[in-house]
Amino acid sequence: MIEAHDLRKRYGATQALDGLDLEAPAGTVLGVLGPNGAGKTTAVRILTTLTTPDGGSARIAGHDVVREQTAVQRLIGVAAQDATVDEVLTGRQNLVMLGRLGDLSRKAARARAADLLEQFDLTEAGDRQVKGYSGGMRRRLDLAAGLINRPPVLFLDEPTTGLDPTSRVRMWDVIRGLVSDGTTLLLTTQYLDEADELADRIVVIDHGHAIADGTATQLKAKVGGARLEVTLTSPHPDAAHALAPFITGAPSVSQDELHLRGPVQVQPGLATTVVRALDDAGITVDDVQVHPPSLDDVFFSLTGGDR
Amino acid sequence: MIRVRRAARDVAVLTSRNLVHMAREPLRLSDVTVQPVLFTLLFIYVLGAGISAIQGGSYTEYAIAGLIAMNLTTSAIGTAVGLSDDLGSGVIDRFRTLPMWKPAVLVGRSLTDLLSATLCTLIVVATGLVVGWRPHAGAASVVGGIAIFLLFSYALCWVCACLGLFSKDAESSQGLGLVILFPLAIVSNALVPTQHMPAVVRAIANWNPVSAVTAASRKLLGNPNPSAAIHAWPMQHPVVAALIWSVAILAAFAPLAAWMYRTRTLD
Repeated sequence: MIEAHDLRKRYGATQALDGLDLEAPAGTVLGVLGPNGAGKTTAVRILTTLTTPDGGSARIAGHDVVREQTAVQRLIGVAAQDATVDEVLTGRQNLVMLGRLGDLSRKAARARAADLLEQFDLTEAGDRQVKGYSGGMRRRLDLAAGLINRPPVLFLDEPTTGLDPTSRVRMWDVIRGLVSDGTTLLLTTQYLDEADELADRIVVIDHGHAIADGTATQLKAKVGGARLEVTLTSPHPDAAHALAPFITGAPSVSQDELHLRGPVQVQPGLATTVVRALDDAGITVDDVQVHPPSLDDVFFSLTGGDR
Repeated sequence: MIRVRRAARDVAVLTSRNLVHMAREPLRLSDVTVQPVLFTLLFIYVLGAGISAIQGGSYTEYAIAGLIAMNLTTSAIGTAVGLSDDLGSGVIDRFRTLPMWKPAVLVGRSLTDLLSATLCTLIVVATGLVVGWRPHAGAASVVGGIAIFLLFSYALCWVCACLGLFSKDAESSQGLGLVILFPLAIVSNALVPTQHMPAVVRAIANWNPVSAVTAASRKLLGNPNPSAAIHAWPMQHPVVAALIWSVAILAAFAPLAAWMYRTRTLD
């Protein structure tokens, strides 16, 4: 449904996209994961006809995003990173206007606007100016605006960036609801947990091209699951040896020899087992932490170095 | 045919959106509501007091058409500012992802500004009637004398659309618009006869489209029109000159604005 091949785009001295390939079959959710400046927004702008690529090509349901813009625009819905609704209009006026511009009749646009306001819990705020909306409300309205024409293909550019944790979880529920009815979704995010929650497949991008690609489970396997950090009371020569059974590869040891860390496979009671093993070896411990894998870990293991 | 109907609908939707903006921010309309009344009173009772004789009638009779010209010309900045505002907001990106007729953004803006220009003109006319101005021509001729202003104003708003598309934000398009439009309105026969201007200024004024439109309107309204005595071609044939100017400006700047809009929004 969404196919992009070898997309390239340069802005001045910045190579925003450097040969990016993306593919999302119909009815699937593709997560595009990457840090700020990786090229996520540029990719979405090209796929949604807002920008033309310098090189490469992209198709939505077989329609070229450069040559067949109107055909593409009939199929897609977009919720961008910066809310793209009219601040002066009310939420309802925005939705009716966009529905009309998207080829709905006046009556159908009004009905659809009312439905969406209801679905996104905005009915009460629907007749107030968007100016007064909170960040979460704006995001929801923006998403509703993207859905006004029931598009079969949806693009969400960092839908939860800047939202508080409650709004974030709520947004996840909304997105899950959308994809349950067969919408093809491309979602960009900076958060591994978000991609993990929502996406069927994840493409990790950095410096404008894909550096890894797979399901959340496959990526986590590459990352090594989680990271174990142990802080000793005093340096001990056998500490690294005692941790070896838990850590994949050799643990890295800090200069003062008090902190040891390394990738681990999460298992029930891991921290207890680690403390017991160290205690058996006569090593006293001040702190044990198991960190779930973060985007930094993904990059650390995929690029083999600190960013 | 369906395509034309859809384009017309998109223009109507965006025009009504702009009208909602106006209704929500009525202070922005001051340049077509308060300003025309203010200018009319100031020019007639302050400046006009120092101008004793206009060939063929009083200064009030002479000034109203010129005040319409002046108010319409300066308030055309609104098009530039409105468009700059839109371009600076995210909503343009939203429009660009919709399967709509893209120039509707520009056409909707121009129609909104035509409506405010009509309001502006009616306010000057009403103020003029209060201070003693009267047209002296048949109804059709009077309507023609007003319509010629609206046509020119519509053409001018496409020039301003280009200014808005050229400027990086609303403030700079306001500044740029003022620098271009204010001299355009002043170096003309709108507020004083051109006869006593220095030769170079007079030549510019006689060929200024604002002069042609103002002279045409004075002729059609049956008001004093001292420019009729000037030998420059546009002053001899003001109605034809006004129409040619308006159509030429429209033909040049509407496609230019459409092209600028396409390139500006295609980063």
